[in-house]
Amino acid sequence: MELQTLIYLFVGISFAIYIGIALWAKAGSTKDFYVAGGGVHPVANGMATAADWMSAASFISMAGIIAFKGSDASAYLMGWTGGYVLLAMLLAPYLRKFGKFTVPDFVGDRYYSDVARLVAVIGVIFVSFTYVAGQMRGVGIVFSRFLQVDVNTGVMIGMAIVFFYSVLGGMKGITYTQVAQYVVMIFAYTIPAIFLSLQVTDTFLPQLGIFGQTTVAFNDGVKIIPEGTYLLHALDSAISDLGFGNYTEPTNLWNMFMLTTALMLGTAGLPHVIVRFFTVPTVKDARVSAGWALVFIAIMYTSASAVAAFSRVNLIKNVQNVEYSAFVNGEAKHADGTPNHGKWFQTWEQGGLLAWNDRNGDGKIQYASGPAFDGKGGKPVFDGDKRAEDGHKLTTNAKGAPDEAELAKGNGIANELYVDNDIMVLANPEIANLPNWVIALIAAGGLAAALSTAAGLLLVIASAISHDLMGQVIFKDKITGKSTLNEKTELMWARISAIVAIVIAGYLGINPPGFVAQVVAFAFGLAAAAFFPTIILGVFDKRMNKEGAIAGILVGLFFTFGYIVYFVFMGGKPENYLFGINPTGIGTIGTLLHLIVAIVVSRMTPPPPQEIQDLVERIRIPSGAGQALDH
Amino acid sequence: MSPEKAQAYWKENISMIIKLLVVWFLVSFGCGILFINELNTIEISGVKLGFWFAQQGAIYVFVILIFVYVKVMSGIDEKYGVHE
Repeated sequence: MELQTLIYLFVGISFAIYIGIALWAKAGSTKDFYVAGGGVHPVANGMATAADWMSAASFISMAGIIAFKGSDASAYLMGWTGGYVLLAMLLAPYLRKFGKFTVPDFVGDRYYSDVARLVAVIGVIFVSFTYVAGQMRGVGIVFSRFLQVDVNTGVMIGMAIVFFYSVLGGMKGITYTQVAQYVVMIFAYTIPAIFLSLQVTDTFLPQLGIFGQTTVAFNDGVKIIPEGTYLLHALDSAISDLGFGNYTEPTNLWNMFMLTTALMLGTAGLPHVIVRFFTVPTVKDARVSAGWALVFIAIMYTSASAVAAFSRVNLIKNVQNVEYSAFVNGEAKHADGTPNHGKWFQTWEQGGLLAWNDRNGDGKIQYASGPAFDGKGGKPVFDGDKRAEDGHKLTTNAKGAPDEAELAKGNGIANELYVDNDIMVLANPEIANLPNWVIALIAAGGLAAALSTAAGLLLVIASAISHDLMGQVIFKDKITGKSTLNEKTELMWARISAIVAIVIAGYLGINPPGFVAQVVAFAFGLAAAAFFPTIILGVFDKRMNKEGAIAGILVGLFFTFGYIVYFVFMGGKPENYLFGINPTGIGTIGTLLHLIVAIVVSRMTPPPPQEIQDLVERIRIPSGAGQALDH
Repeated sequence: MSPEKAQAYWKENISMIIKLLVVWFLVSFGCGILFINELNTIEISGVKLGFWFAQQGAIYVFVILIFVYVKVMSGIDEKYGVHE
């Protein structure tokens, strides 16, 4: 079947399933809407958590980052999984026992203060919106590439789908849709990975494929790397020929340490992840569920580490010294002589994620280290949609002929290619000439990844507004301290907030502020510095009081935010980094400051009232979570 | 539950979490970062050991740790009669 037909078919079927589930799982009460009625099976919750967690960034970008950064990018693999150990042992069981609906619920009740609650609400909204904007953009990119519609139309379609199941079904609809989305996503990720593993190393499991040997000899442009070389030896040898750093050796252990810590703590502090553990029936289920979530995540992440290595080898193998005209005419050949229908090159050029600049005028593509264009990070600036006579897309900032130093670095090869990180996963099946249905599957998987995360985030935003802000602060009865909203009104507000959140997210997706992509990475540092210590201390330190918590949150949030803004957006120089720490890893220091400030301030102010100390005692013991408090 | 018993339960919980988190730290920050260069001198089928820990090994150990925690913790819950 034609590729395009297959893509429509796969995406169409998956969307029909999501909508069917939404109709089946309609929310009838606020408890359904916020925590799926608290009755989700732990394995199902684990799958939903995994889908919620693995965003367009994990699905589309992560393997690409690893492919280009190698060992240094291990921080993402360890950081985004290790946080689940912290969640399982330090957070999930106690928050489940606490038994309400949201993170601000916990902060507000444990610290007996509406100021603390409000600070938490603001933190939740801030962290979640930065994150969700990136997801909508991801939806747009996948739609525009695979369904050949405009990016903005893509965002609109995505909004409509998410609207349907999150507004109707709330957490209940989202949870069961996410289970389906996980299944789509994991097949979409592992099947191409298995194909690549078989093709490159003749090993079935990608996780073992990195131990394999190359199946064919290939020419990296400098020398021929013989068949039967260990995969990572072949990769290291090829990229060092081309002037890149070693793939398997780390370069900056200090920043790797800081980034790993920030990502781990951030994972354990992200509101849309924490809230998932409110949806299972018991404390034990919350623990088990964290384990299952990590199993489901690990399947994809360990494949990603392998996909990264395969795809980098594939890229070199399939572009080095290939004539551009061969890609246009579809005459490109693989190293083993099989034809490579090179249409992918022009398709991705069209999307602006790939560009070529024939600096030595030989009509062939060369790939080595160093920029081929003058933009920031070597990015090309395209001259509208204009193409040259040979068919390649024209740019306005192409670098000129290479100088001696550049040629010496790449052993006579100067880089002529711009490859965006993001295309390694999406384009690799095409580069590797995998069957059309595999490519169609990737499209459905990318959409599942982006939609599932967007829906989870939107729900957290909606409940922060309707439940915490309206129910617990604005419409609070001054005397009884209870919400004056009745069940039906609050549910209505929850749906209205979800609609508003979707519209704002869609707007951000269509008109992304230039810094969205960067900010998503920083959401982790902010989540870590804002929430992690306060929640942990709320359970493990009975003496912690509201003064300590509020001071800690504010210091952690402002320090981290300020550092990021100064160094990323206001032109702070890297040589002025605090202890040489990159802004992506600064959340670690923010978390530490939060912890210290909270403890010091709490010891200088009065202890929390007796009923709060009793509450902490109750949270620590599992029995009785079944009869969780309902408001 | 009496306050003494509650305290003993909490103590046992904490000591187990600490043990498991020591392992958690060793496989990720230890093998994957702090001692990566030393471990990288060992190589199996072209894969350096430190690199493997950082990219795959640590993740497998994380999964095992959570399930060990669930199992041991259920035992402790039962011992103190606080299971559900």
